[in-house]
Amino acid sequence: MADRPGSTGARRRAGAGWRRPGLAYLLLLPALLLELLVHLVPMAVGVWMSFRELTQFFIRNWSAAPWAGLRNYKVAVDVDSAIGAALLRSLWITLAYALLVVVGSWLLGFVAALLLQRPMRNRGLLRTLFLVPYALPAYAAVIAWNFMLQRDTGMINHLLVDNLHLTDDRAFWLLGDRSFVAIVLVSIWRHWPFAFLIIMAGMQNIPTDLYEAAAIDGAGPGQQIRRVTLPMLRPVSLVLILVLFLWTFNDFTTPFVLFGAATPEQADLISVHIYQSSFVTWNFGLGSAMSVLLLLFLLLLTAGYLLLTSRRRRRAV
Amino acid sequence: MLFEPRWFRWVRWVGLTFFAGLVLLPLYVMATSAAKPLRDVQSDFRWIPSGLTLRPFADIWRTIPLGRYFVNSVIVASTAALLSVVVAVFAAYAISRFRFPGRGLFSVTVLSTQMFPGILFLLPLFLIYVNIDQLTGITLYGSRFGLVITYLTFSLPFSIWMLVGYFNSIPRELDEAALVDGAGPVGALLRVVVPVALPGIVAVAIYAFVTAWSEVLFASIMTTEQSRTLPVGLQLYSTQAGVYWNQVMAASLVVSVPVAAGFLMLQRFLVQGLTAGAVK
Repeated sequence: MADRPGSTGARRRAGAGWRRPGLAYLLLLPALLLELLVHLVPMAVGVWMSFRELTQFFIRNWSAAPWAGLRNYKVAVDVDSAIGAALLRSLWITLAYALLVVVGSWLLGFVAALLLQRPMRNRGLLRTLFLVPYALPAYAAVIAWNFMLQRDTGMINHLLVDNLHLTDDRAFWLLGDRSFVAIVLVSIWRHWPFAFLIIMAGMQNIPTDLYEAAAIDGAGPGQQIRRVTLPMLRPVSLVLILVLFLWTFNDFTTPFVLFGAATPEQADLISVHIYQSSFVTWNFGLGSAMSVLLLLFLLLLTAGYLLLTSRRRRRAV
Repeated sequence: MLFEPRWFRWVRWVGLTFFAGLVLLPLYVMATSAAKPLRDVQSDFRWIPSGLTLRPFADIWRTIPLGRYFVNSVIVASTAALLSVVVAVFAAYAISRFRFPGRGLFSVTVLSTQMFPGILFLLPLFLIYVNIDQLTGITLYGSRFGLVITYLTFSLPFSIWMLVGYFNSIPRELDEAALVDGAGPVGALLRVVVPVALPGIVAVAIYAFVTAWSEVLFASIMTTEQSRTLPVGLQLYSTQAGVYWNQVMAASLVVSVPVAAGFLMLQRFLVQGLTAGAVK
């Protein structure tokens, strides 16, 4: 390399970087090509598909699929028709599922992080143990839960009915109304360690003097948590909540592995719903329209969340 | 550190026992059921096995071609991890160290594709693969390499995003010193930045490997009998005669232990990367 990039003064300035666009683009090229291949082109094709009558007759020759205009979108959002009503119901179920999992995971993660905040014997061991549900491959963990939730051979019913005598009813956990409860609990079990990991890291960044100052001012443990811990965890929590929400909202593994081929309608999450609308009935046009709508919905939610949290943060400063 | 009164010790003890139980109970069921005779797992659940046996661990390889699925998963996950990390190292270096038009746009695109649902890419990629097959005769649908490419939809943005965070935390003076010594920017990247960031790079690679190892959505559509990976293969232990639950649990343990161990060893790096990304 002949020419030396930038002057020292320019490089020292905050936010400054080497001004060699040519080399930068060269370094970026492989990523750019792959991004194009796996994200941008598929997205464009997806939008194109959503305007086509892309049924099973056109899978092999999809570019010949007839133009459908907005018909797929109309079918998807028409809540008076069976397809639209099912999509809307699936959306509500997914929203409820994601919110419950985020709240549950955050709470469990926060309490666990609080309990392990002080150095103590076996802290490292417990910390590692608590992370195991998150470290297991998701499908392996969910298969284990599928076994535990079986009506007759499962551990959960055995525990509730035979050991604890809480109920006499050997319930179906993977069918009917209880399936929603089951999937929320399984998902919280998988996700709370991630919240624990992030909150624990966030807690370690809180300066000790803040607690000392609060203690000198006479704040008890409850007040210290409310006035020091929670406000200091705010930035980490906001990102954590957004990431967890998007993960659970788009969750496919948990419902697909927990329920197998037949998802109960009470736990019909949106990813599985679109998957089945597309690959079971081979209506790719409609499936794509649903995917595009889902994406728009998520973008709106995220933008709203970011706007809301950044405004509040600015007001607080 | 949070001030704690004496009684809090009891709260902590009760709380930690609760969390340990929450984690250990399913692990106990997994481990004991994997060593139970079939009659134990096909009738009422029992905490204490009527007999311990290692048969399920031998049978899992015969009931279904688990070995083939295992090899498929190893090849697919490691190729996806390697490919995305190598590509991401260069891209992340460009984003972290250079200022060029389009830098912001590229970062935002990468970051936002991370939150897009996988189902959004699955349908078009499936059709594109079918089309490529017909036009050129190159088989991507059902091939392991085709699956690797679909895995880049989540591993590449994640790797780029995490590595930009790592590279930003490495003082610029380090690679500047290499430039003064006569190395070019690429030399500085390979000889200075990569060695310093190696723990982070390894962590990102492991993370990409583990997520690919666990992936179900793409694997369920994009694989055929020959290229099937573990998550899809494991479903085959349920037959019409019933589910071989002891074998399912044994197989789950076998596919979990290596990746879970690797993940737990590297979680420290992940925390650093994630919180660095979160705060900035």
